[in-house]
Amino acid sequence: MTGQSRWASLFAFANPARFMAFSGRILPWIAGAAALLFGVGLYLALFVVPPERQQGDTVRIMFLHVPAAWTAMMGYALMAFASLMGLVNRHPLADVAAREAAPLGALFTALALITGSLWGKPMWGTYWVWDARLTSFLLLLFLYLGYIALWNAIDDEVRAARAAAILALVGAVNLPIIKFSVEWWNTLHQGESIFRADGPTIAPIFLWPLGIMALAYTLLFFSLWIVRIRTAILRRTVRARLATAEMR
Amino acid sequence: MSFFTIVARDVRLAMRGGGGAFLALAFFAMTVTLVPLAVGPDLKILSAICVGLLWVAASLASLLSLDRLFQADFDDGSLDLLALGPVSLETLAFAKIAAHWLTTGLPLTLLAPAMALLLNLPARGYVALICALAIGTPAISALGAVGASLTLAIRRGGLILPLIVMPLLAPVLIFGSGAVRSAIDGLANGGFFFLAAFSLAAVLLSPFAAAAGLRLNLGT
Repeated sequence: MTGQSRWASLFAFANPARFMAFSGRILPWIAGAAALLFGVGLYLALFVVPPERQQGDTVRIMFLHVPAAWTAMMGYALMAFASLMGLVNRHPLADVAAREAAPLGALFTALALITGSLWGKPMWGTYWVWDARLTSFLLLLFLYLGYIALWNAIDDEVRAARAAAILALVGAVNLPIIKFSVEWWNTLHQGESIFRADGPTIAPIFLWPLGIMALAYTLLFFSLWIVRIRTAILRRTVRARLATAEMR
Repeated sequence: MSFFTIVARDVRLAMRGGGGAFLALAFFAMTVTLVPLAVGPDLKILSAICVGLLWVAASLASLLSLDRLFQADFDDGSLDLLALGPVSLETLAFAKIAAHWLTTGLPLTLLAPAMALLLNLPARGYVALICALAIGTPAISALGAVGASLTLAIRRGGLILPLIVMPLLAPVLIFGSGAVRSAIDGLANGGFFFLAAFSLAAVLLSPFAAAAGLRLNLGT
């Protein structure tokens, strides 16, 4: 074995090992913080926040719906970033991270769609309208599902990772265009009220619980993501050990 | 072996062997025929959904013929030879996209007015429909080629290809049918410009993604 290839194999081994050690240490803190923030956020959202003037108590759905939508979009961005790292640096850990982000992203997208349609029923009088944001989230769900299907369909793990990474990046380039085109097509959803150049148009009493819930959702996503990546690495280790045991 | 050689070869193959080009056209015509059977013969309803229906049928017909785009060459080893040749994989992918459009998108565009006649498209829509399909179908071939290259190694990849490509085609359908509907209503709109911009960007960028997809499947 030449020195260079020994280093290469060491590099490939060391990183998942370092990741396991590091993630094992921070996971309880992230998960604990997520649980705490969910407790505080839900208490504020359900008991402290007053009913809104026009929407009444249904406004409380917002605290579950809006952060789910944000997390779903963040999930795609993280998946695309991990895909780029995997494609450029050929880093197996990045491939695993991208793969494990997809089902979570799909889950949060589905959650945003379900809570959105539950909110839509009292607001618009129907569970589903072909509104711009609902439609672009439905397309986002299909992008996630296509990505997962492509991963599962290719047997060779390295090829599956690279094919899925290319798809994720093509999707990432296309997503803003899809969003724009769907908005051009139809819009009924209430306009952006948080991230505006002239400051939020939402009352501060709603803003605080929303921020806490957003942080809680984000930390929940990261905890689940870390657990999934750790499980994938452990599964691979077990498989490798079984294979060596069989060879003996 | 140049860009035009590959295009000419693929067009000739599509015209002579297997009749892939004809099949997509027949599928398109059959899909459009099924709709009045399903929703009823009311010409008012058909006239209202005509544009969207033709776009959906055209994109389905294009997608259906896409899994053959690289598959035959991959199976018999020509793709390996083409990859070893002087033409880059990007140029090869671009040539394949051009050939696919010439044998699928263009015939569909030419057949669409005849099918529109059956669906009672208002007279003002015909020119707009032909223009929109001519501008938009290259984007379907281009994005489809990316999907075809990524699903190359999958046996029976037939259903995965539409699943991963369809969400990416949303802008084509939105701008394409929006432009035609606005033309029918006599409204000015930017649909054609957005459609052209999307199509140009897709045709320009897709060969690179498709070449990356080919490269990983060829293992070079």
